[in-house]
Amino acid sequence: MSDYIIEMLRITKDFPGIRANDDITLQLRRGEIHALLGENGAGKSTLMSILFGLYQADQGEIRKDGAVVKINDPNDANALGIGMVHQHFKLVHNFTVLENIILGVENTKHGLLQMNEARKKVVALSEQYGLLVDPDAYIQDITVGMQQRVEILKMLYRENDILIFDEPTAVLTPQEIEELMRIMRGLAQEGKSILFITHKLNEIMAVADRCTVLRKGRYIGTVDVKDTTPEALAEMMVGRKINFTIDKAPAKLGEPALAVKGLTVAGHGHKKAVDKVSFEVKKGEIVCIAGIDGNGQSELVYALTGLIPSEGEVLLNGKPVEKLSIRKRNESGLSHIPEDRHKHGLVLDFDLQQNLALKRYFREEMQSHGFIRFDRVRDYARKLIEQYDIRSGQGEDTVVRSMSGGNQQKAIVAREIDFDPEVLIAVQPTRGLDVGAMLYIHEQLIKVRDEGKAVLLISLELDEVFQLADRILVIFEGKIVADLDTKSATPQELGLYMAGSRKEEVHGGKV
Amino acid sequence: MVERFKKGLSSMSASVLAIVAGLFAGFIILLISNPANALKGLQTILIGGWNNGIKGVGQVLYFATPIILTGLSVGFAFKTGMFNIGAAGQLMVGGFVSVYVGVTWTFLPGAWHWIVALFMGALGGMVWGMLVGLFKALLNVHEVITSIMLNYIALYAINYLVKNSHLFDALKNQTVNVAANAVLPKAGLDQIFYVLKGRYHDASSVNSGIFIAIGLAVIVYIILNKTTFGFELKACGFNKHASRYAGINENRAIITSMAIAGALSGVAGATMYLAPPSGMHIHVAEILAAEGFNGIAVALLGMSNPIGIIFSGLFIAHITVGGSYLQSLKYMKEIIEIIIGMIIYFSAFSLLVRDVLARIAKRRKKAEGATSKNEEEC
Repeated sequence: MSDYIIEMLRITKDFPGIRANDDITLQLRRGEIHALLGENGAGKSTLMSILFGLYQADQGEIRKDGAVVKINDPNDANALGIGMVHQHFKLVHNFTVLENIILGVENTKHGLLQMNEARKKVVALSEQYGLLVDPDAYIQDITVGMQQRVEILKMLYRENDILIFDEPTAVLTPQEIEELMRIMRGLAQEGKSILFITHKLNEIMAVADRCTVLRKGRYIGTVDVKDTTPEALAEMMVGRKINFTIDKAPAKLGEPALAVKGLTVAGHGHKKAVDKVSFEVKKGEIVCIAGIDGNGQSELVYALTGLIPSEGEVLLNGKPVEKLSIRKRNESGLSHIPEDRHKHGLVLDFDLQQNLALKRYFREEMQSHGFIRFDRVRDYARKLIEQYDIRSGQGEDTVVRSMSGGNQQKAIVAREIDFDPEVLIAVQPTRGLDVGAMLYIHEQLIKVRDEGKAVLLISLELDEVFQLADRILVIFEGKIVADLDTKSATPQELGLYMAGSRKEEVHGGKV
Repeated sequence: MVERFKKGLSSMSASVLAIVAGLFAGFIILLISNPANALKGLQTILIGGWNNGIKGVGQVLYFATPIILTGLSVGFAFKTGMFNIGAAGQLMVGGFVSVYVGVTWTFLPGAWHWIVALFMGALGGMVWGMLVGLFKALLNVHEVITSIMLNYIALYAINYLVKNSHLFDALKNQTVNVAANAVLPKAGLDQIFYVLKGRYHDASSVNSGIFIAIGLAVIVYIILNKTTFGFELKACGFNKHASRYAGINENRAIITSMAIAGALSGVAGATMYLAPPSGMHIHVAEILAAEGFNGIAVALLGMSNPIGIIFSGLFIAHITVGGSYLQSLKYMKEIIEIIIGMIIYFSAFSLLVRDVLARIAKRRKKAEGATSKNEEEC
């Protein structure tokens, strides 16, 4: 029997105008966790889609247990024991966990569903792998982390041995990521073979046995994780040395640009989403609000920018803005890189120039007597595209929906920074982006700070928090529970605050 | 530029394909109801207005006027993400107000009478449309529900008002003639679109309404594509969250967009009921104006593009006029309406057709990829 459970040998796949996979070989050992690393557009998704039967390779072959197999569609993949957790889950929201798991492989007797056996099997699997999933909960009621476990259970229920995880941590909180790592290790110990697609190096170091690196559709190499370092992996992925520590000059603090006093936002029931929050952001400073997702960060930002109503005071350069409309707040110097770039940040069916002009089409320079001056819009868009290196198929005429996530985000960052704001609010500005784009956006944020503007950063990633922030505020259940200087704070301390520990506990013997 | 041209061409070819499908469906009904005359019948429909020479063409323009306007009304609301199914009600309110002004306000001198009557009709439709927008913006009531209800409120309220006022001619169960000054001018069109019957000029009913419809289409095109206001409306239609985020007042966009849509339908009603020679009459009946619903088909077939709507309105009027000549081929009036309805609504599915075509093309491409790979392996 072959050493490898699955082999993809010399795979090549062309799309019109681009070779997505160029002679790529990937060999998965039985019972290992094998990471597949590459930037956005490196060809990871194409390669996995070929393995899962969504595409067919132009050249090369796939072997299972040493024998050549053909995978023409996902059903073939499933028959070979290959299962996949997609980045965007494929779940029916108003079905229960159990119903979702058996969907497509239902047992029936006289046309009636036989759920009991299925339930037993699901409960047994859930216990065996420590998934702790309630089979009768509705998908819409459970957390994203739990939903992911349902996807894992779906694969286990179908007795898949080869499990593909497509960027599974992108949607998870730090705690959920820890849990997922534990589950993945458990699966591997039970003999499952795991392919783990990611571009996060620390996750690979934490959980993977081996790692295959792709760059621009080409195979770069496969390494044993225990023999390598994050720096070496990053260099393989990007093709040049990466400097992770950004040079940041000491902060030159000025007057407070943003002052928040007693800000309160109503939540569901009588619990407040944001509870009497007060803080300041000075000119020339990056203040980061850290916290686990769902502790009121989103509501806080929506209240500051005027998207939802709130009580309390918000001062921009000393002037109250809490009563102003969104447009007037923007015009007073508030910029906002939103959390959800598809929902808030962009009109996906508009072209790039219209999106870049989304917050200034009404200004004197772009209109006369209510008519948009499209020549000015075009010139402005070209300037930003050039300056911020926004890449797209047809330049300023590209419909934004067709652009890559990284370039969509770059467009938003360009628009918001070029707004020349007094205060820039950036919410998870690098979510889902590859290392190159992430570093670029970090540099831009620091540049804004060095120009003497105030930056309020909301991030779930501790790495990002420590790299960028001058000062860290921790939010827990709608309250600011800690105000820390980045230089003296430790990740452990921060983690405890984020989990709701009080000050005494953190500084007492518990640390 | 080339890209835009290509895009325009592909949506036009989808519309043409849909029309062919619609004609085919109509042909089947022709076959069923009277096989002997089916081919001749199809020919009659296709010839449309030309069945009756240049006068028939005038009739096409005449029938196109209100449906271009309701088409604009529906299409304009579409751009803001609203489905205006209430064009019928807005049209009837507009028609009623213009008839009221046309009959009553005889103190207005000369041309001012029809201008004011038309304007007030637009205002009436505007109020009716704006109600829908207000309900949606302030109370989040879905526009389809309010506009359907407002259609019936308009219908019965107008019946009541007509019956209990000096507008009512009890003998004929309809409104009285509007004043001569309140009738839209013919603008010399009757001197172009007529046939001679002996020495008698048998002129078409076409009037300056068609100029008003085309003019408004051009204005709507300019508003949507050239102004900041249109930019805001389209942004709201595509993504209301992002629009709000960018500081656009989404509620105001919804209300103004519905008000303008209502005004366009109101003008449609005014042009119908102020048409020469003595204005159309409002009958006390329990029927919603078909022109309102045909506006939906016109907007769909014209892909909500104001210029496209001019052509789709003309096409549907052409087919409708063609259908009216089917009676000479011994088709029953009801059957004719079914046939014409089939053609119109089949054609209106062009958007759907385009989507399906795109999907088939994509699948074929994928299949080709798969087979070429198989061939290589063999």
